[in-house]
Amino acid sequence: MIAPPPSGPVPYPADFALALLRDMVRIRRFEEKCAQAYGEGKIRGFLHLYIGEEAVAVGALHALQPQDNIVATYREHGHALVRGVSMNSIMAEMYGKREGCSRGRGGSMHLFDAGARLFGGNAIVGGGLPVAVGLALADQMQNAARVTACFFGEGAMAEGAFHESINLAALWRLPVLFCCENNLYAMGTALARSESQTDLCAKAAAYNVPTLKVDGQDVVAVHEATRQAARAVREGGGPCFIEYQTYRFRAHSMFDAELYRDKQEVEEWKTRGPLHTFSARLKTEGKLTEDAFLALDREANAEVERAAAFAEAGSWEPVEDLTRDVYTLAEPESRI
Amino acid sequence: MTSMTYRDAMRAAIHAALESDPRVFLMGEDVGRYGGTYAVSKGLLEEFGPQRVRDTPLSELGFVGAGIGAALGGMRPIVEVMTVNFSLLALDQIVNTAALYHHMSGGQFSVPLVIRMATGAGRQLAAQHSHSFENWYAHIPGIKVLAPATVQDARDMLAPALADPDPVIIFEHVQLYNTEGEVSAEAHGDICTAAVRRSGSAVSLITYGGSLPKVLAAADRLARDGIEAEVIDLRVLRPLDTATIVASVRKCRRAVIIDEGWRTGSLAAEIMARIVEEAFYDLDAPLARVCSAEVPIPYARHLEAAALPQPEGIVAAARAVLGR
Repeated sequence: MIAPPPSGPVPYPADFALALLRDMVRIRRFEEKCAQAYGEGKIRGFLHLYIGEEAVAVGALHALQPQDNIVATYREHGHALVRGVSMNSIMAEMYGKREGCSRGRGGSMHLFDAGARLFGGNAIVGGGLPVAVGLALADQMQNAARVTACFFGEGAMAEGAFHESINLAALWRLPVLFCCENNLYAMGTALARSESQTDLCAKAAAYNVPTLKVDGQDVVAVHEATRQAARAVREGGGPCFIEYQTYRFRAHSMFDAELYRDKQEVEEWKTRGPLHTFSARLKTEGKLTEDAFLALDREANAEVERAAAFAEAGSWEPVEDLTRDVYTLAEPESRI
Repeated sequence: MTSMTYRDAMRAAIHAALESDPRVFLMGEDVGRYGGTYAVSKGLLEEFGPQRVRDTPLSELGFVGAGIGAALGGMRPIVEVMTVNFSLLALDQIVNTAALYHHMSGGQFSVPLVIRMATGAGRQLAAQHSHSFENWYAHIPGIKVLAPATVQDARDMLAPALADPDPVIIFEHVQLYNTEGEVSAEAHGDICTAAVRRSGSAVSLITYGGSLPKVLAAADRLARDGIEAEVIDLRVLRPLDTATIVASVRKCRRAVIIDEGWRTGSLAAEIMARIVEEAFYDLDAPLARVCSAEVPIPYARHLEAAALPQPEGIVAAARAVLGR
């Protein structure tokens, strides 16, 4: 077991603490805009909002390095934003525009960015796990000092893919950081209704993998735990597993009437919202003023508006290019 | 020219790949200490070591997906799935990840992965070990599907598959491993064309993989009766070399497709459709096909034989379209 993170005041200089807060606000405002655009019919398909869970992506990804690999789920807007994918290209992707980070081929669930080493956006629950193991295998075989962080929900831990992947990673001591975002519901199915063993760390520990359970609503706890685990992984200790206990404030997707959970439960979790608890803490510690928060919020809103305008102004891929990027080298049409 | 078995040719191809490119490694169930279920990788562990010849747990989804990730990470993995039957356990990674990554990422990522698997029936292994699902994989845009049917192709198709930037699946029919053939010193290994294995003008016999020897045997019998059949070996099941198929049918004006897959939804059906689309008015007779009977492949030897395409049935089908 890895030791739990220390308690006490925020252990960061003000500028880094504000960077964490800024990214959480950016994700929140971006997704609120996405929800609005969805209502206006500008974004279609599935849209899975991360609202309520921002501290996980922000704390975890700030603990990693630019050369690290990120494999994410279909609820990955936040991961892409924190990883440095431009908000413009993410919003354009939501709109299905050619300027999108996946050229309009992926949409909300398939954000990719080679430069940011973001390997998607995977809409098959558990689908990213074996890929992450392989990325880490490539790094081990090439002696790259890289960590592959794989994000997945607790629902994925019922999939065989999880068990096959963590077994391989542990067996071969691969540099994989298993980042379980436990938001308690696999779509509408509560953890206790789908798993005989609800202690997720116990499951991972069964594969001889060090585990850590952390309050996913606390960006500091997330950051500290991830930093510690990533260091151990990078030093060649094999994979680590972190369970981030978090909660999604919004519906699973835009089609979800939320019949499976009590409103009271949602309200209780909202009192532990990652943005307001962290900003309150920074204010108490004298690292943030209300004016500074408002300025940061205005900047985030301005970035979101610019992204929406960029997406609006974006172009549609010509239909003649429908079949591009099926194969890396263009195939003569007569042969397909 | 050198004579060798299909198995040795495939091993030579893997050996050459491991020797020439440090990014290449072989991974799969029992490829190392056991030497490969069909003994294809025998001796490779001893020569290249456990980093490059990796025994995996029995977790097809996991290690095929790991192959995808390793390919994304700069390696050139050869993943051996013991048989097509077990590849169903890895289908999600092949179909939902390997085949889609390039397109879903707007062209940013490619998956240069080679997956090899044994396929087909004929060894009395019963229903769960006798499938032919080449057509399932050939259905999917984003992957390429190869079916080397000759010893030469067994040796020569792996290198271009590894050089290809996209996922390539190689089907090795279990009945071919022991076949012997001549192999030239230089490689003849494109992975985009079909091959004419026997020239003729009376009827086109179009096939692939493990059915090729049966079709050649049928063509020999037809020749004894003065019927010169042309035999087309598809070699590449996706993308299909329609031009070679159509050219042969235009010449012969009659065609029979031989496919070990079940008839319904088969590759044979796809080939017939293409012929009808492109050469309908060149046909002098309705098209015909010889496929496996629509039953799970039975264990008993006589029943298994009856379920699969055989030279007698191919001869009869050819005679029927010729009306003689």
